[in-house]
Amino acid sequence: MPATPIVEFREVTKRFGGGPLVLDRITLAAEAGEFVSLIGPSGCGKSTLLRLIAGLTPVSSGAVTVDGLTPDAAAAELAFVFQEPTLLPWLTVAGNVELAPHLRGISGAARAATRQQVLDLVRLGDRADAYPRQLSGGQRMRVSLARALALEPKILLLDEPFGALDEMTREHLNEELLAIHAQAAWTAFFVTHSVAEAVFLSNRIVVMASKPGRIHTQIRVELPHPRTAETRLSRAYHDVVADVSRLLRSVETAAA
Amino acid sequence: MSPRLLRLALPAATGAVMIAAWYGLHFWLDAEMRFLLPTPGQILAAFRDNGSDLARAALNTTEGALLGFGFAASVSFLLAVGLSLSAPVRASLYPYLMILQMTPVIIIAPILVLWVGAGLKSVTVITFLICFFPLVVNTTQGLVSTDRNLVELFAMWRASRWQQLRHLRVPAALPYFFTGLRIAATLAPIGALVGDYTAGSSAGDGGGLGFLAIIYSSQAKYPALFATAATTCVLGFIFTSGVLALSWFALHHWHDSYERSDQ
Repeated sequence: MPATPIVEFREVTKRFGGGPLVLDRITLAAEAGEFVSLIGPSGCGKSTLLRLIAGLTPVSSGAVTVDGLTPDAAAAELAFVFQEPTLLPWLTVAGNVELAPHLRGISGAARAATRQQVLDLVRLGDRADAYPRQLSGGQRMRVSLARALALEPKILLLDEPFGALDEMTREHLNEELLAIHAQAAWTAFFVTHSVAEAVFLSNRIVVMASKPGRIHTQIRVELPHPRTAETRLSRAYHDVVADVSRLLRSVETAAA
Repeated sequence: MSPRLLRLALPAATGAVMIAAWYGLHFWLDAEMRFLLPTPGQILAAFRDNGSDLARAALNTTEGALLGFGFAASVSFLLAVGLSLSAPVRASLYPYLMILQMTPVIIIAPILVLWVGAGLKSVTVITFLICFFPLVVNTTQGLVSTDRNLVELFAMWRASRWQQLRHLRVPAALPYFFTGLRIAATLAPIGALVGDYTAGSSAGDGGGLGFLAIIYSSQAKYPALFATAATTCVLGFIFTSGVLALSWFALHHWHDSYERSDQ
């Protein structure tokens, strides 16, 4: 029996106001625990797709269901990691991580326990009292990730979270993200511009085309878990990266 | 010389040169005109002779300045929150706030005296009027310029409007509020002085520095007049330092303006 998808798009189109079509007939289903990457040329609507799941903007036609609910009703099951760390500079690391649970009325003791747990996950357990400006770019992004995890989401939406970081930091964070994902049951939707990143992280890569934004191809990535720095050296990994790169180039050439 | 020592030595040397020039100017004047520019020594003597009057007046002016400043800070904060919640309300009220700011307080002071009575009440109202505008404008600006990404984050969390205000907009506006507060701190003692000058009263508390200035001026006690001016400077200095300290206390943990260069 096939599992019920945790996120499902049925014939979803999206346009803003009377503007051009941003997303055209998107049909997509993700099972619980999957790691799905969205990749494609600029303007293919990847970020809009995430915002539809988050219920930050409504669909123009079709339907998005999240855990059987409308995105708005499922808001409590979602967490978002933005391109920027978007930390509140006047709060400490601990304050930032605990803020959303606090707004949801979760008690101080429970908040503190979760906070410690997620900060340990991102290896910042000893920086709880630091202010964001005292941290490096990579550390800030980790806090942002910890803040999302503190909501104990069923679905984690990540919009190019590591795009602004240097290659080394990005690779480290990718490894950490996968290790955390292995310990939890959330489903990830990950927008990226990096083929290597998408291949390393994902079970499935959704290659999108632009004008209008649509799904071009979906690729299963069968690389074995756990994936580590070693994985990047393997033949199988390089083959998948090459395949996806070729595909992406054909999509971009078609668009140009 | 170390930079730190230089930072003390330079203004001290400048001060010494200025005092020397002051004495020079005094003695360069014809003897019968020297009363127009009392020497620092004479001004110090005036401090000694009128110490208790000056102290009492300074206390009264401080009281008016503090009350007006405090009311201005709290009322402007609440008004700014109101203004920040609605662009139409902002658009309707802004021109009138501008007009209020343009209104010369000195001219309406006599009528204020009739409305609220001479003395502390008038002084407080006048200080309030002078401090109010920079506070409202800065705080409103701060409340509406919250980082859009952070606003989106709160939307993502489905935070209520109140939560967004309490946990996002108000803390983000604090640096702007303190900018307004710093401007208001320089204005408050002057406001209280002007208020006292135009609407002061010797009744009860004996008036403030503005009132004292009128008396000294009418009695041609110019060294005492200079001493009054100096007292006002000190008051302004204390006010500004107080607000700077408050601002440091509220912001130094996180705000970039307090970032140490060694970090």
